[in-house]
Amino acid sequence: MIGMLAYNIPFVSIFVMMICAIITPLLPNRNRIPEKLSCLAISFVGLMSAYLLYELTAGGQTHSFNFAMGHFPAPWGNELRAGPLEAVLSLVFCVAMLLSLTGNFSSTAEDIAPKRRNIFCVLVNLLTASLLALTYTNDLFTAYVFIEINTIAACAIVAVKESAETVRAALRYLVMSLVGSGLVMIAICLLYDLTGHLLMQNMHRAIGELVATKRYMMPLTVSLALITAGLAIKSALYPFASWLPDAHGSSTNASSAILSGLVLKGHIFTIIKIFYRVFGLEVIHLLRMDTVIFILGITAMIMGSVHALRQKNVKRMIAWSSVAQVGYIFMGVGLNTVAGIAAACLHIIVHACVKPMLFTAAGGLSNAAGHKKGLHALMGTFYVNVWAGLGLIAGACSMMGIPGFAGFASKLSLTLASFDHSTVIWALTALATSSVLNALYYVPAVIVVLTHNKDAQKNFTAHSPTLSYKVSMFVFLALNFYLGLFCVPLLRLITRGVNVL
Amino acid sequence: MLEKLLLNHYEAAAVILSGIGLTNLLLQRNLIKKIIGLNIMDTAVYLFLAAKGYVEGRAAPILIENGSGGWINSASVYVNPVPAGLVLTGIVVSVSVTAFALALTLKLYESYGTLNIDEALMRMTEEQKDIEAKIDAAEEEVLS
Amino acid sequence: MNEELRRIWQSFFNWVMGIGPRPENEVIPPEPPPDLPFTQRPKDKYSRFHEATLKERYNQWLEIHGLHLFSVLYAGLSVLTCVVIVSLLLATVAELPPFGHERNPANNEVIRRYVEHGGHETGAQNIVAGLILDYRAFDTFGESAVLFTAAVSVLMLLGASRRNKADDSQSPKTESAGRNFLQRAPPASTLRKDDAILRGVANLSIPVILMMGCVVVINGHLSPGGGFSGGAILSTALILAANAYGFRRVHSFFNERTFIVSSSTALMIYALSKGYSFFTGANHIHSIIPKGTIGDILSGGLILPLNICVGLIVAGTLYGFYALFSEGDI
Repeated sequence: MIGMLAYNIPFVSIFVMMICAIITPLLPNRNRIPEKLSCLAISFVGLMSAYLLYELTAGGQTHSFNFAMGHFPAPWGNELRAGPLEAVLSLVFCVAMLLSLTGNFSSTAEDIAPKRRNIFCVLVNLLTASLLALTYTNDLFTAYVFIEINTIAACAIVAVKESAETVRAALRYLVMSLVGSGLVMIAICLLYDLTGHLLMQNMHRAIGELVATKRYMMPLTVSLALITAGLAIKSALYPFASWLPDAHGSSTNASSAILSGLVLKGHIFTIIKIFYRVFGLEVIHLLRMDTVIFILGITAMIMGSVHALRQKNVKRMIAWSSVAQVGYIFMGVGLNTVAGIAAACLHIIVHACVKPMLFTAAGGLSNAAGHKKGLHALMGTFYVNVWAGLGLIAGACSMMGIPGFAGFASKLSLTLASFDHSTVIWALTALATSSVLNALYYVPAVIVVLTHNKDAQKNFTAHSPTLSYKVSMFVFLALNFYLGLFCVPLLRLITRGVNVL
Repeated sequence: MLEKLLLNHYEAAAVILSGIGLTNLLLQRNLIKKIIGLNIMDTAVYLFLAAKGYVEGRAAPILIENGSGGWINSASVYVNPVPAGLVLTGIVVSVSVTAFALALTLKLYESYGTLNIDEALMRMTEEQKDIEAKIDAAEEEVLS
Repeated sequence: MNEELRRIWQSFFNWVMGIGPRPENEVIPPEPPPDLPFTQRPKDKYSRFHEATLKERYNQWLEIHGLHLFSVLYAGLSVLTCVVIVSLLLATVAELPPFGHERNPANNEVIRRYVEHGGHETGAQNIVAGLILDYRAFDTFGESAVLFTAAVSVLMLLGASRRNKADDSQSPKTESAGRNFLQRAPPASTLRKDDAILRGVANLSIPVILMMGCVVVINGHLSPGGGFSGGAILSTALILAANAYGFRRVHSFFNERTFIVSSSTALMIYALSKGYSFFTGANHIHSIIPKGTIGDILSGGLILPLNICVGLIVAGTLYGFYALFSEGDI
């Protein structure tokens, strides 16, 4: 059995972040106290998640439990649910969030007006809380409410840097997100009407009965399509991804890192939960949603990279590369097997660690080149900010799938997962094409950064990275190599988590 | 199908309205109209939920006294309370989102002088073109 | 025949690539000096005879007709999308369980317990209040957090930035400073200093509105209403006061600081009390909160204090939205 300490961790994590968000506006806005409090709270939650993970997998067994929010049991009250997969994801979210904040500590101070820094921290705390709630929730309507918190906070941290471009980007992001939330809301209403439940396992049972008796098949299909489309818009699956490069490319580095690395992942994990826990893989296959997701994922893998090839702004290039990586995750989900979903979850983790590193590195490099974001302005910046240069190189190798780096592990597991699937040829072709395309834009970036350029280097601001930047980048690099070299135990853990999901 | 639609006419009206709202939200180019579309869609969802909660011949879910100091609490007397709760939550979410979207719209108007997001995009792309021209110039300089 | 085809192909190719016929009295352009940098050399030997290529013609055409075509396509697309979505949803609705039928899937054991045991389990006469503030309180906590998020974001966008324009123009990276398209009307408070009718009506109605709001908040667990509706009523009293007496009068007792402190404190009380109830519930610890008897004002456990907290948050936030949008300040 789980100890009482571990049993309360999901609830305590969410409430710690919420209370931290609520208290932050009251704090004095000097000495960067709000940011330090946020970092402290996030590390505390991260430590608790690690302990929860240890308890859930102790002694080679896999535990999972439901946590009733209040005095009323399952179908009457709200519930949280924790298993190894949820614990791993919340740990990774906390680590990536913490590193995105500390790594961009100085650039946040430059980009955000002092009056707004306080509110930036409120929004970061709310985002963390909503991500944790989306990870742990066992109730579809709670998921909807926290998706809305996530949406408003995510759009607001785009607009937190004061410029015309960020406002426009935030509006585009908000409009697309609202279309997505509207679709999710309609779908939840339809599902409630068909099943009479909002809790995931009760819905699953009711849907199983409906499918067995072939009743209400049309409304079921439509609600599944609507909820998938809504969440796909929010997680930037390719045809719906036009908002992403603006939002992620224009905001401050910390926001870009958080949005690309974490916010997208919260929505993707919600889709996985809905597929696996509400509908069940057989029903998804019966309603053909797996094929749709698979095709869209493959399209995103290739089209995201094609768009990234045409970018000249380094942050926009990395943002389009996120679209391609989201495609990888959706391809894994579309395989509709336990191995596929485990590989998708591994890719979520890998991308949550690598993409913030790339954004932090790009921010450091463009700071070194005097706040220029054009790829060619970065020529030779490696020699000014070595840590950022190393981060960019490692991130690029990881995205290309060079063995030993994090991206290789997840791509390998995606490949292995696609072998037991009928569409193996398509999956392998898409993986290969997309990797080559990734190389086509990441290799030139690396070469540019490594090329000596005496003329341009005169204009560089002589500024050495701060200690927090170096430490965060070191941890990012260490994580990258850890994931690349020792992914097998992690993948086994995730598979166990998916099995009890 | 038509008689089924007539049977579910509240829901049918709700989905027609929500389709109109969704299309406005997606495809109107004036931001204020987009936000109005959002509100139409949200309100339509509340109509849908209210229709789903209704049960023929039952009372609102507030306990009624039974005349001898107790309360009537038989499930066949009251309508379904869950949709009412969902609508309450939905209203708050809709108010919040609307206020935030309007604030962003105001900021957009301050910066670009337009409520049309495409026009703002066009003005932006002209600035972007200047930047890209500069980048190209720098690139050629480096190549030569 | 073959020759003819080739000739046609050649002329078509020239048309596409924009190579015009070479004139009779052709003057060969002088070769460019070889030391010219690559980028400055003429791109094409025949550039003098260059006609518009197909791509250029397309671009020209697009410049002239593109905007019109775009708007027509857009309108068509809008109608098409709307029709597709609506017909899909209508087809779905036709299949749904029938309206108002008591044996629909939604009327199941969950509802039965809410209705049959809701009274003594939550202590609230209003089943919906018991449902949203006790059975499914986590959703409602999330809902208050949504409102808090929006309030904080709107305050960030509209509040601090405009009042501190002077501070911002000194900070290095405000690109939007200096170009402000918005010709704002003078704030309402400066327009009418003294409107006898408005003030008279306000004097009469503000106490009534305040009382009504308090009744709706406090009776939330007994009758329809609750924190959100009561808070909205309270905020209208504040807005009316601001319009009748000027924002400055309201500002003297309700400013940005009070707004932040009251919202945060109320939400904090909400979070802590609900956290206590979640914690005791999940760990099967006896909760010290009494339920009271159904129908009394002091009943329903935490529902009454939570309604008051929500009422405070909503009243402050809605008035804050109004003040920020009309005045640019609280």
